[in-house]
Amino acid sequence: MSETAIPSSLRFRDDEPADEPAVSLDAFLDQPEAVSVRIEGGDDVRLLEPAFARLKLVEVDFPRFRDGRGYSSARILREMGYHGELKAVGDVLVDQLLFMRRCGFDSFAPNAPIDLAVAVRALNQYDFVYQQAADARVPVWKLRHG
Amino acid sequence: MYRYDKYDQAIVDARVEEFRDQVARRIAGEMNDDQFKPLRLKNGLYLQLHAYMLRIAIPYGTIDSRQLRVLAHIARKYDRGYGHFTTRQNMQFNWIKLEDAPDILAELAKVEMHAIQTSGESIRNISADQFAGAAADEICDPRPWAELIRQFTTFHPEFSYLPRKFKIGLTASDNDRAAIKLHDVGLQIVRAADGEMGFRVFVGGGMGRSPFVASLVREFLPAGSICSYLEAILRVWNRHGRRDNIHKQRIKILVHDLGATEFARQVEEEWRTLQRNDDDIGLAEYDRIAAYFEPPLFERGLSDELDLSDPRFAAWVERNVDAHKQPGYAIATISLKPIGGIPGDVSADQIDLLADLAEDFSFDELRPTHAQNVVLPHVRKADLYTIWQKLDAAGLATANLDLISETIACPGLDYCSLANTRSIPLAQKISERFADPARQLDIGELKLKISGCINACGHHHAGHIGVLGVDRKGTENFQLLLGGSGAEDASLGKIVGPGFSEDGVVDAIERAVEKYRAIRTPGERFLDTYRRVGVEPFKEAIYV
Amino acid sequence: MKLITGNHLSEGHVIWWTGDGWSRHVEHAVDVGDKGEHIAQTEATACRVNNPYIIDAQPSPNGPVPNHIKERIRATGPTVRPDLILQPADQSAGSYVI
Repeated sequence: MSETAIPSSLRFRDDEPADEPAVSLDAFLDQPEAVSVRIEGGDDVRLLEPAFARLKLVEVDFPRFRDGRGYSSARILREMGYHGELKAVGDVLVDQLLFMRRCGFDSFAPNAPIDLAVAVRALNQYDFVYQQAADARVPVWKLRHG
Repeated sequence: MYRYDKYDQAIVDARVEEFRDQVARRIAGEMNDDQFKPLRLKNGLYLQLHAYMLRIAIPYGTIDSRQLRVLAHIARKYDRGYGHFTTRQNMQFNWIKLEDAPDILAELAKVEMHAIQTSGESIRNISADQFAGAAADEICDPRPWAELIRQFTTFHPEFSYLPRKFKIGLTASDNDRAAIKLHDVGLQIVRAADGEMGFRVFVGGGMGRSPFVASLVREFLPAGSICSYLEAILRVWNRHGRRDNIHKQRIKILVHDLGATEFARQVEEEWRTLQRNDDDIGLAEYDRIAAYFEPPLFERGLSDELDLSDPRFAAWVERNVDAHKQPGYAIATISLKPIGGIPGDVSADQIDLLADLAEDFSFDELRPTHAQNVVLPHVRKADLYTIWQKLDAAGLATANLDLISETIACPGLDYCSLANTRSIPLAQKISERFADPARQLDIGELKLKISGCINACGHHHAGHIGVLGVDRKGTENFQLLLGGSGAEDASLGKIVGPGFSEDGVVDAIERAVEKYRAIRTPGERFLDTYRRVGVEPFKEAIYV
Repeated sequence: MKLITGNHLSEGHVIWWTGDGWSRHVEHAVDVGDKGEHIAQTEATACRVNNPYIIDAQPSPNGPVPNHIKERIRATGPTVRPDLILQPADQSAGSYVI
C-alpha cells in the first residue's frame, strides 16, 4: 500500500472543496442553507446527523495538539455515515497525521506548515494496524484469520 | 508466553524506525521539546533528574531469559550497570542518552520488546496477576486477554491523545494480587452460571493526588465484547474528561463527578452504538493467543516433600514460596528488597542470574510484580534448595516477602524530577531498624509503601502503612498514612497527623508497630487491628 | 545568586550555565542575575540545552551551592549510589547535599 509519491497538498479528496466558510455548530443548526461547520472540542457532533444531506465540510479544531477530543468527533461522524470532507484544523503536527487519517480526516489545515515529504513518510510508516477504525485498513487480527 | 508473528514484529520495527526519525529531527533542532515530549513519552523516554530515563514494557509482567539477557546487556552497554523493576511490572534504566535511544529500541525489538506507551497520556502497560497460570485460585490464565487487549490498545488512533494516562489491570481470581481496583479499568475474569466467560468491569480507580477505589460499572460483560466496551469507556472519557486542570483529568475524576451510575449509563449508551462497528476481535484470535499460554509440560508424580533442615532456607520457603496448582511444584517470589538495599534495583549480573534461573528452573518464565519483586512461577519443589543457594550467593535470598522490610519505594528525589523527597534512604533506614528476622516475623504481614511525591508511584495510598514525601519550606518532610490495601478488600490509607523528618518517621512507624503488637488479637495482621480499632489508638501512640 | 541548570539535549546529563556555555560542574556556574529567562530561552531555542530553569544558590569557597536539595542532588548524583556521583574521587562531594 505504500505510496511514495509526494502529494501536492494535504487534502486527500478528489471533489471540489466547499467554498462556504465554516460556521459554528449553533449557527449551522440555525441556518438551513449552511454547508460547512466548525466543531470545537466540546461540541457534540451527533447533532449534525439530521443535516448530513447538506453538509459538505466539517472542520474539527485542535486548539492544542494534546487535546484529542477531535479524534473521537471524527470517528463518530464516519460511523454515522458522513461522507463529506473532514478537515483537521489548528495545532496539527506531522506525527498526528496517521492517527487522524485513520479516524476519518481527509484534509488538514495545520497552523504551522507541514513538509509534504515528511508527511508522506509518516502516513506510510506502518504497513499493519491492530484495530479497525474509520479508514479501510484491515486490522491484523482479521489478516491472521483470513 | 506470547510470540510475535510477522505482523507484531513489523509494527514494532516500524515504530523503531519512526522514533529514530523523530529523535534525529529533535537533535537537529527541527522540533522543540514541547513538540517532542509527547512523542518521546509514547516511547517511554522521560527526562529525569540526572539523565533521560527509559521505561521498557514487560507486558502483563511476563518475560523470558532471552529478553532478560538483553536487558542486562542494555544495562551494561547503555546505562550504568543496573536496572529497576517498577510498580507496574516494567523495567527502568536511569542513565540513557537520547542519541542512543533508537539503537536501544532496535535491540529490544529483536527480542520482541518495546517501550511503547509506557509513559505519557497513553494507554499504559496492561498489568496482571503475577501468579497467572500457576495459582489454583484462578478461573483461567488472564494473560491471553491481557495480550489481546495490549494489541487492541497499541496505537489506537482514536485514543492516542487522551486527557491523561490510562492503566488497565487484570485478574482471574477473587484474590486480587494485581490491585485491579486501583486501576483506571480493572477487569476480573469470571464465569457465568452457564459457563460463559466474562468480565466484571471496574472503572475509576487510581492513586495520585486524588485516590479512588474503582466502581463496579458492569457486573458481567461477555468476554468477546471487551474491545468495544473498552472503546466505549475510553470514548466517554476522551470526549467528556476535563482538559483544563492536569490534576483533574484522570477518568477517576469523571466517574466521581458523574457518579458511577450515570457514568455506566453513558458507557452503555456509547457501547450500543459502537457494537454496530464490528470492532470486537473475534474469538478465533483469542484462541490463537491462548495457545501460547497453555500450561507448561509439568512432570507428574513429583514429591511434595521438602528438606527444611537448613533454617535459613526454611525461613525463605516459609515467607517467599507459595503453593502451585500442580503437585510437586511451587511459586517462588524473589524479594528485591535486601536489608539496606535499593528496592527493585538489580545489577546486570543479577539480571543474568534471574535469566538463568528462569530458563533452568521455571520453564523460562519470570514475572515482575507490582511490588517491585520478581516471581519464578513454575518451580519444582525438588529444585527450591538449589535455587535458594544461587539466590543467596547473589544477595537475592532475603526471606521478607510482605514483611515490614519488604518495602515498596519509588525512586524518589534521588532520581525523579517530580519528587519532593527521597524515598530510598527512608526505605533503607526502615529495613535496617527492623532488620532482625525474628522481629519481622513477629510483626507479620505489613505492607509498607513509600512515595516521594503526590504522584504516588510508590502506591502509598495502598500501604498498610504508607509514607508520602512532601516539601515543607524547602526541607524534606514525611506524612504517615495507615490502613490502605490494594487487594480485593481495597481501601485508601488515611493520614494520621502532622508530618515528620526522615528519622522522625522511622520512629513513628516503630511506635505504630509497637502499638499494634500491644493491642492485637491472635491472628490479626497490622491491617486487621487498624480496621478493628481505628486510627485514634495509633494516633495517640505515634504523637506521644 | 541565580544559576541556570538544564540537561544536555542529546546525552541527557545535567549542565550548568557558565556565562558563555554549559558545564557539567556546578562550580563553573555563574550568577545570571536577572538575565536568566532570556539566556534560558535563547539556549533552549537554539537546542543547546533541554528544559533549562533558574534556581537560587549561595556562593561558597568551592563554588555555588544550590539552595534546594533537589538541585544539590542534580549537581552530584543519587545520594544512595556514592559510586555513581559526578566526582566519585571527591570524598566530600556528597556531604553537603543533605
